[in-house]
Amino acid sequence: MGRIGKIARRTFLVGSAAVVGGVAFGYYAYKRPVSNPLLNDLAEGEAALTPYVKIDSTGITLITPRADSGQGAYHVQAALIAEELDVELDQVSVDPGMPDPAYYNTALSAEAAPFRSTDDGFAADTTRGIMDAMMKFMGMQITGGSTTVPDSFEKLRLAGAVARETLKAAAAQQTGANVADLKTEKGAVILPGGGSLAYTELAATAASMDPVNDVTLRDPSTWRLVGKEMERVDILAKSTGTQAYGIDFEMDGMVHASVRTSPRRGMMNGFDAEAAREMRGVIDVVQVTDGVAVVADNTWRAIQAVNAIDVDWGPAPYPAEQAEHWQALSDSFTSDHQDSRFRDDGDVDAALEGAEVVEAEYRAPYLAHAPLEPISAVVQVADDRADVWTGTQIPRFVQTNVAKLTGLDTDQVFVHVLMMGGSFGHRLEDRVVREATEIAMQMKGTPVKLTYSREEDTVQNDTRQIAMARGRGVVKDGKVEAYDLGIAMPSVVASQMGRQGLPVPGPDLQIVAGAWEQPMQIPNYRVTGYRAPELAPVSSWRSVGASTNGFFHDVFLDELIHAAGADPMEERMRLCWHDPSRKTLEAVAEMSNWGSDLGPNKGRGVAFCMSFGVPTAEVVEVTNMDGAIKIDKVWVAAEVGRVIDPINFENMVQGGIVWALGHAMNSEITIADGMAEQRNYYDFEGMRLSQTPEIFVRGLENGDTVRGMGEPMVPPAAAALSNAIFAATGQRVREMPMNKHIDFV
Amino acid sequence: MKLTVNGTEHEVDVEDDMPLLWVLRDELNIEGVKYGCGVAQCGACTVHIDGEAVRSCQTAAADVWGDVTTIEGLGTPDAMHAVQKAWVEHQVAQCGYCQSGQMMQAASLLALNPAPTDADIDDAMNGNLCRCGTYSRIRAAVKTAATKLQEA
Repeated sequence: MGRIGKIARRTFLVGSAAVVGGVAFGYYAYKRPVSNPLLNDLAEGEAALTPYVKIDSTGITLITPRADSGQGAYHVQAALIAEELDVELDQVSVDPGMPDPAYYNTALSAEAAPFRSTDDGFAADTTRGIMDAMMKFMGMQITGGSTTVPDSFEKLRLAGAVARETLKAAAAQQTGANVADLKTEKGAVILPGGGSLAYTELAATAASMDPVNDVTLRDPSTWRLVGKEMERVDILAKSTGTQAYGIDFEMDGMVHASVRTSPRRGMMNGFDAEAAREMRGVIDVVQVTDGVAVVADNTWRAIQAVNAIDVDWGPAPYPAEQAEHWQALSDSFTSDHQDSRFRDDGDVDAALEGAEVVEAEYRAPYLAHAPLEPISAVVQVADDRADVWTGTQIPRFVQTNVAKLTGLDTDQVFVHVLMMGGSFGHRLEDRVVREATEIAMQMKGTPVKLTYSREEDTVQNDTRQIAMARGRGVVKDGKVEAYDLGIAMPSVVASQMGRQGLPVPGPDLQIVAGAWEQPMQIPNYRVTGYRAPELAPVSSWRSVGASTNGFFHDVFLDELIHAAGADPMEERMRLCWHDPSRKTLEAVAEMSNWGSDLGPNKGRGVAFCMSFGVPTAEVVEVTNMDGAIKIDKVWVAAEVGRVIDPINFENMVQGGIVWALGHAMNSEITIADGMAEQRNYYDFEGMRLSQTPEIFVRGLENGDTVRGMGEPMVPPAAAALSNAIFAATGQRVREMPMNKHIDFV
Repeated sequence: MKLTVNGTEHEVDVEDDMPLLWVLRDELNIEGVKYGCGVAQCGACTVHIDGEAVRSCQTAAADVWGDVTTIEGLGTPDAMHAVQKAWVEHQVAQCGYCQSGQMMQAASLLALNPAPTDADIDDAMNGNLCRCGTYSRIRAAVKTAATKLQEA
């Protein structure tokens, strides 16, 4: 397991603790080598045990601290624990637990350092280690960056193994049997004579013992669950309408609120709520930061009333019209805006000098996340505690921010993470919690549920970054000889972390993510990131920087390959130096039968992007139906090291393709009069069922590092579509949404 | 006014124009029906009125013309409708938020058209948005449910 294994062993110790009626198993936080101050950052009290497995007389609970926004994170985490614990998934309950610094996300920090995922050299390893310590220092229990699987893969199996061996030791102590003669199965220790003791019967004994930490993880060949098709732990609830989401959370005495803050994302000058106050069910009208909320006796009345308030909004703190945003990007391709040039191979300037240069410019718009469940939060504030119930990917930030607002200590703030009806990065922001807290502080003791209307959710969305790229290249002797790509965008990380009050020093890796680190060997190869000024608020949208850059990087490569007269698949394979990456291209070529005769009016495009350490190759096939494009088929091959659950994997990848292609076809957020012009799904649609192509998925397991697949299918998809449209029509689409330039069926 | 939901009669005191969606969710605590857009663009709020699939966010309480069935009335975890069984078999859901509406739409389709073609499925299901993109599995599950219902 290479690096992950090393970090896990260096970092964690599995401990146990007595809890009411039983035992909890989990990780002690960092071992603290005194020689390294960066690692010496936890206060004494924080080195407490944080459980992953709790067993008492009533049952077994697996704690899954990475939030589930729909892609099966709870299921995958539970399966990893259950594999070693020897329990069946239908025997356990799953609980996301409370925020705790010990649940920090190691894998996220590993990808935050500017080293290619393909780079396992000493410098890369060392820097990743420092980032890891910083991440823990910040207590970032974040779900994001496709890190749930990489972060959990070894940690959770270790927790399960230690719990299992300790329960066996407890059974030995209770029965006098020899531990070596004990087996475990389906949540019980099997005794030599054939009888068994359920884990629940052993919990109290196990709590009084030192945990058995000397465990060896099982060989993958013996796995019962991991890598096999499983039934997702939440599938029954989600197929019967019985799954409760954040928006469904109810409490006695709860009131319902809805809010409007400035659609220009600035100040509120004033408001007149006289009409709203008279409306049925309205309990109160209260001010929040830059906006106003109505508290009512049900959700609909709150939304109706808040929409009846006449508000005077101040100006936007960014340019009021969309054209000015594009201009700001266009003006940013200058040396004083240069943010990074991590890739600079050969001599690009010399190669371009005097040559016949292929030039192109690309654009990608602001996009909303628009998960189907509008954001909501329930907050109850008392004198000595505050409780938050919400679907969030950042529970520790939520806890800190509620503490700041209320003046309580962080350990007086309890964040209860609820199931999310989608996120795609939306719930990496916590404004809904802050606003609900502001309302709840004005009615202490009363639980307040704040629900955004779809329109408010859309207009307040911290969008995907707007981005532009300019490519210049040269081809020679049928090959790509020089490739120079400049990318300009505002810094997502600075905007997002800025809202959390955190400065982010240094270059923003996301400005060039999905472009600079591609495993391509081009003799003269340069990728430059330009930081545009801060414009509208931007945030992490499924695959972040790579969501735009995967499109830019690969479409420009495709243009050069066509200019060279080479085959798009063969030339990408030739340029690719990284064996696991090239295998993804070989896989999609084989899956799609690349090169076969397609018949008239059809075209295929291939694209490749490595993002989040996952090399992903895709082929899109389209038909030109009298000038309108129909997307027929998509093939995806991705290198993830290990597929945890093939069914969940396929579903997630197919969904990510629908996500990427839908937005690439028809979606954008545009600014006019300082406001997002779009308000609902009628003007921000995405893909619908009738447009959905057949999507064929293959997860490859050639690499030695386990990677997450929540995002990497997104970056190549729009590129493969643009490349396919070119193949079918001869028209090169360089801007998203593509329906500005070509019709879709 | 009186509303019959999943076979139970309820007396509710609400405005005539309060959408059925919110009467179900906030007055009757029937929460399998979901709010997604409020303007009949996403289908998450789909319920049946006298067996017909309708968008409850655009159905005023006073206009409800018959018995209402929600996902909870279609089937339960212990006694699932064929559509729900197919949704489990194909493991359709990701976040699952749209799936109550998807299943209500599919059940209505299959009640009217027991053997839908691919085009029929596309037409009937096109108003139901899934942001996670589970459409491939929805198509497959509708076909499985159709087969199972015809065998029954």
